Amino acid sequence: MKVLGMNGDTAVAYAMKQINPDVVAGYPITPQTIAIEKFSEYVADGEVDTEFVATESEHSAMSACIGASAAGGRVITSTASAGLAFMWEVLYIPAPLRLPIVMNVMNRALSAPINIHCDHSDSMGARDSGWIQIHGENVQEGYDNLIQAVKIAEKARLPVMPCFDGFIVSHAVERLEVLDDKNVKDFIGIYKPKHPLLDIKHPITYGPFDLYDYYMEHKRQQHEAMENALKIVKDVGKEYMKISGRNYDTLSKYKLDDADIAVIALGSTAGTARVAVDNMREKGINAGLLKLRLFRPFPREDIINALKNVKVVAVMDRSDSFGSFGAPLFSEVRSALFRKSNAEIVNYIYGLGGRDITVKDIEGVFKDIKEISKTGKVKNYVSYLGVR
Amino acid sequence: MKGWKEIPEGGLILEPGNSIGYKTGSWRSQKPIRNEEKCSHCLICWAYCPDSAIIVENKKIKEIDYNYCKGCGICANECPKKAINMEEEK
Repeated sequence: MKVLGMNGDTAVAYAMKQINPDVVAGYPITPQTIAIEKFSEYVADGEVDTEFVATESEHSAMSACIGASAAGGRVITSTASAGLAFMWEVLYIPAPLRLPIVMNVMNRALSAPINIHCDHSDSMGARDSGWIQIHGENVQEGYDNLIQAVKIAEKARLPVMPCFDGFIVSHAVERLEVLDDKNVKDFIGIYKPKHPLLDIKHPITYGPFDLYDYYMEHKRQQHEAMENALKIVKDVGKEYMKISGRNYDTLSKYKLDDADIAVIALGSTAGTARVAVDNMREKGINAGLLKLRLFRPFPREDIINALKNVKVVAVMDRSDSFGSFGAPLFSEVRSALFRKSNAEIVNYIYGLGGRDITVKDIEGVFKDIKEISKTGKVKNYVSYLGVR
Repeated sequence: MKGWKEIPEGGLILEPGNSIGYKTGSWRSQKPIRNEEKCSHCLICWAYCPDSAIIVENKKIKEIDYNYCKGCGICANECPKKAINMEEEK
């Protein structure tokens, strides 16, 4: 084990170097660029055996990843924002074909208006594309999640999208504990693809036309694969604990067990929320935090259990789903808790386009939901936080 | 028809050349009927058929393979002897 100072992007590149994937096909986009750029240096310096493909667009990058993965390779890429959006057509392909591609997403807002800073609109838009989605809070989790993602992807035979907050994590230098190369190598093991296209002794076809007579059966298979992935994420987290000493599950609780009121957040906001929880506790208010790590598959049972004693829940969404009743995380949480909890659940849409979220903001949320727990009255189920 | 647990994942075809098991002749709405008396065995229909459904034996047309003939009518259109008639599939 070594301790380094790294930002999120270079930590991703460092993890990729240790994983030494067969193929990396990528295209630069802020705030992801450093990851692929740094990794291409490892390639140029001969530190990895990877076939590096500098494509002409993200659509091509994902297409090359799909081809390489179908061929039987271990494949990694990363993107953000408009890059992820440009992959749209091909983004849906790896999951049903059971191709374990890993793609780190450094979450960034979508145009318009054009903006390069963090929110979750990009990966939330991809939530129905069949990718497992994991959110990391900081550089350490970004590094840890990428290594685990390889193992999760190959066990579940599904693509995995580890996400972290653009700029806030991707460009902030933090203390990072890295594993020894050998530990990473042993942890991920040798990839044995089930149906490699390059196995010329067993010729197969990927991606033939599929009509109404079988398409639905293939979607049912995909549905099952995602259901089964929940346990795999948990198991891999436990295994990773053994080599890292760091605990990973579908979610983590902070002062939640005796909390009356709680906030749910993804990503870097959880760190800010913990300080707000401590400040509320000092004032004698039983506040708690649920940091959600796994967004797809959605860990419904774990959320029900974690929130069973909570009276009011504020779901923090760093994206909007225009025209729906609340943003994506809110809809999921509310649906999971329906008839399983008596808690009032409210939604705060915050931090769009990198708008700062402060301890004071989250203390304000706790004050709002404390009031709801006292009066039982909800003024607004969905509100914008920190907007003028 | 097989259920979702019994078929290869994601529509992969694991058995090479198994398209022979897909009888595309069931798509046909018009059926080519060959008149043996008019046919000169010039093999133009054999050359034009996009589905290799004209079966030739000893340089002579033996039959039309209705398992794979989609009834496109190209053979009837190209035949110089007007020896192939398209008839409504019943």
